[in-house]
Amino acid sequence: MEKLVSLEIDGKKVKAREGMTVLEAAKEVGIEIPTLCYHEKLEPYGACRICCVEVEKGGRTQVVASCGYPVEEGVKVKTRSKRIDQIRKTIIELIAPSLSDGGVVGKVRELADEYGADTSMFMSSFKATPTRCILCGQCVRYCSEVVAANAIGFVGRGVERRVVFLPERASRFCPTCRECYDVCPTGKIAAETDGSIFPEFSIDDFLSGRM
Amino acid sequence: MIGISGIVSKIVDKYQEDRDMLIQILLDVQSGLGWLPKEVLTEIGKQLGVPLTRVYQVATYYKAFSLAPRGRHLVRVCMGTACQVRGSPLIRDRLQQLLGIEPGETSPDMKFSFETVNCLGCCAKGPVITVDDAYYGPLGVSDVDKVLEKYG
Amino acid sequence: MSRINSFAELEKLRQEIKGKRDPNKPCITLCSGTACHTSASESVNEALERELDRQGLKGEIGLRRTGCHGFCEKGPLVVIYPEEACYINVQPEDAAEIVQGVKEKKIIERLLYSDPVTGEKIVHESEIPFYKNQHRLVFGPNRWIDPKSIEDYLYIDGYSALAKALSQMTPAQVLEEIKKANLRGRGGGGFPAGRKWEETKNAPGEPKYVVVNCDEGDPGAYMDRSLMEGNPHSVIEGLIIGAYAIGAHKGFVYVRQEYPLAVENLYIALKQAEEYGFLGENILGSGFDFRVKVHRGAGAFVSGESSALMTAIEGKAGEPRMKYIHMSQRGYKEKPSCLNNVETWATVPFIINKGSDWFNSIGTEGSKGTKIFSLVGKVNNTGLVEVPMGMTLRQIIYDIGGGIPKGRKFKGVQTGGPSGGIIPERYLDTPVDFDELAKIGSMMGSGGMIVMDEDTCMVDMARYFINFCCEESCGKCIPCREGLRVLSGILTDICEGEGKEEELQTLERVAEVMKDASLCALGATAANPVLTTLKYFRDEYEAHIKDKRCPAKVCKNLINYYIDPEECEACMICLRNCPTGAIQGGKNLVHWIEQDKCIKCGICYQVCPERFSAVEKLSGEPVPAPMPGREVVRKKE
Repeated sequence: MEKLVSLEIDGKKVKAREGMTVLEAAKEVGIEIPTLCYHEKLEPYGACRICCVEVEKGGRTQVVASCGYPVEEGVKVKTRSKRIDQIRKTIIELIAPSLSDGGVVGKVRELADEYGADTSMFMSSFKATPTRCILCGQCVRYCSEVVAANAIGFVGRGVERRVVFLPERASRFCPTCRECYDVCPTGKIAAETDGSIFPEFSIDDFLSGRM
Repeated sequence: MIGISGIVSKIVDKYQEDRDMLIQILLDVQSGLGWLPKEVLTEIGKQLGVPLTRVYQVATYYKAFSLAPRGRHLVRVCMGTACQVRGSPLIRDRLQQLLGIEPGETSPDMKFSFETVNCLGCCAKGPVITVDDAYYGPLGVSDVDKVLEKYG
Repeated sequence: MSRINSFAELEKLRQEIKGKRDPNKPCITLCSGTACHTSASESVNEALERELDRQGLKGEIGLRRTGCHGFCEKGPLVVIYPEEACYINVQPEDAAEIVQGVKEKKIIERLLYSDPVTGEKIVHESEIPFYKNQHRLVFGPNRWIDPKSIEDYLYIDGYSALAKALSQMTPAQVLEEIKKANLRGRGGGGFPAGRKWEETKNAPGEPKYVVVNCDEGDPGAYMDRSLMEGNPHSVIEGLIIGAYAIGAHKGFVYVRQEYPLAVENLYIALKQAEEYGFLGENILGSGFDFRVKVHRGAGAFVSGESSALMTAIEGKAGEPRMKYIHMSQRGYKEKPSCLNNVETWATVPFIINKGSDWFNSIGTEGSKGTKIFSLVGKVNNTGLVEVPMGMTLRQIIYDIGGGIPKGRKFKGVQTGGPSGGIIPERYLDTPVDFDELAKIGSMMGSGGMIVMDEDTCMVDMARYFINFCCEESCGKCIPCREGLRVLSGILTDICEGEGKEEELQTLERVAEVMKDASLCALGATAANPVLTTLKYFRDEYEAHIKDKRCPAKVCKNLINYYIDPEECEACMICLRNCPTGAIQGGKNLVHWIEQDKCIKCGICYQVCPERFSAVEKLSGEPVPAPMPGREVVRKKE
């Protein structure tokens, strides 16, 4: 018999299985918290922070990423508030300059509209080349955790962090797989490679400073 | 290829092929070769049984690793807070001017590699620079060329 | 050396060591921490050795290379025992005189410290004002031991706390003692160590681990380095005691590779501890097993964060992960892991030996014990200081630090590293205490205490810290990676004279989102230096934006170098040293700077002889037109 935890989400009383995350528990009662880096087949990663919610516990409120926060007895969760909305709006505004080439599309576009983000807000501070990548890591994690091909990976650190293909491995697996194309929220992978060639998208491009 | 696999297996054996020791292995290999060539990274991944993506991620994540050959002399300028307050940016700019390269680069004649480092822990003698194992400080901006002259 | 297999054997060995040493035998001790090393303590050592050899005195006069004494400004430091006579700024040429002095029991006056105000010469190390006001509990033993000698450590009763814990106390009693002592973590967070130990001990899952955090990433802080270099056994002893209390049989030390001497001395100490039987199986016959492995870092500040550190010792890229479950529950390989700072572990043996009541008698209500700080920057007595919690910033900076050099005016003191804040003059009487420092917008941090004066630009310092975090951010989460990019862009614009008033609000808004939504504490606290400088030094920001002026005259785009024709005596020094040939003039002709050619390198400012001080920095005012061909008017003597 699994242990059940009682909590409140947006005023709704919820009973969730111990070990579930707030994101999962909310979904079960029909509350959809937005995400950009979450995928149900993958370990929660916590990179996009879009799924942030307010959790009130023992009189104190903190902001947490719902995809990773385990349900707790007696907590009160708010998935929308002035503070949360400001966070989501600002996150979209912060990634918009990286996407300016392909444009703000799909899920990111939806979030921009929902939260009233001004996508040109930080354009002038962004003194780099747009990559069309928000580093959500779904492609990398999918290729590692689900496909176990490890043909694509993270390199670098900070604002130099990139996602790259390793051509030696990719040429073996990618042409018949291509599952990462669908998980990519910005459409970069589908737009920039066909699984056999990786212009400006390989480890060599990174190492030579072309990325 | 035989040379590389021998060099790598000696170090991988020292750490009993323990995957947790990937970073230690990379440090030791770089210590011997001076940098980490691609073939070496591939060999390490193979011998340790670690995905190449992870080897590259680790090798490009940490500042200590260099995936390009380095110059004969490594010049490092400390940009720690105490040195900053005592004027290290002027020292860095002077080095950049004299060496003709930016931090993170190696001079085309392969003589010098130039790096900034975030605190060498010699704050009392700041601003500090090191050239290979030698420390120089407290340094004034007009002393920089005299230090570099020692290395030709 | 055969392994010590019982408490009785340990005591017997200790008495043997003490019996063989004559406390009255003259001994020359030489500080050999990295800072003194860079000022030639190596050559001083060689010179002393040669001199002792030459005079045939090797048997009669001891020579010991010790760990860091802390007074780095005055190194190389030599202390003669048993007199405790302290010589400063020792050079290899002084070796013969020093040896002669020891032989004849004569003090060498010229090598003594002299009080900057009275000129009085001070003989004893502990009477020097820098030391007199300190309470060198944890750091003090550095000066009595050679860190490469376990017998030196045993001589000063090292490993007696471990013996006491294993022979007279149960693990629960050891844990209780640390809890009662109210020891708070010395790495920055100030989390109660006893509580962390207890959480780890009670967490479900085996095996459990204990870990030493010697990553010390805060730029300007080097306390842990000097402890690990100077007294590695104290850290090991504390770690073993902690492992015993928690029920861990494996430990790790994560040490940054930028500290080669600390790494070397740590390896030596661990090997000795194994040989002597303080590590391994059935320690001192107690039945308790414990082993330690070392992991070197590879240059990533964020890898010192607890979840990142666990990932690093698993051989992966050390980036943080969501930490809603503490490392004490699920850390290294998802097992309960207790991570504490070097200084925290090193404090443990003292608490076990002298008791929690004694520890509670030092410090304040909320912060017990002592803390080691690196007092650096614009301060006369730069070095490492250890004080009781509760001493005020003013006392540390002025009574111990000797105040600001060259008569400049204090502007601020930075504590807490990139997560902390710059504290202005009006808060100088704040006691050093975890909660008191947090109240004024900063934090204790790991112990870096960087003093700044009127020549430090606060906007430039904010930019410096943001750029540091930009370089060190792992880049995984959006608020930190992209937020820092925006903050860096805005602060750079302000420093270059391109800042806009509205951007100050943008800074605050982005900082707020970083604080709330970042994955780890690096992102959440990275904006603190910006927020505190905006709070306490807003006028400097306004000057940069509205007047295009840098009050401290630091920001290159907002300053001009100018040679005052009234002061210039045409000595030609600046002219000859200018790398771009921007200085015009000549013999007997007043020098002047061609502003278009000037790259603001600062060389002329540095080389102009102090008695002329003709080079000035101007900011926010027009540069007076040059007067080519003007002759020098020599000053009358």
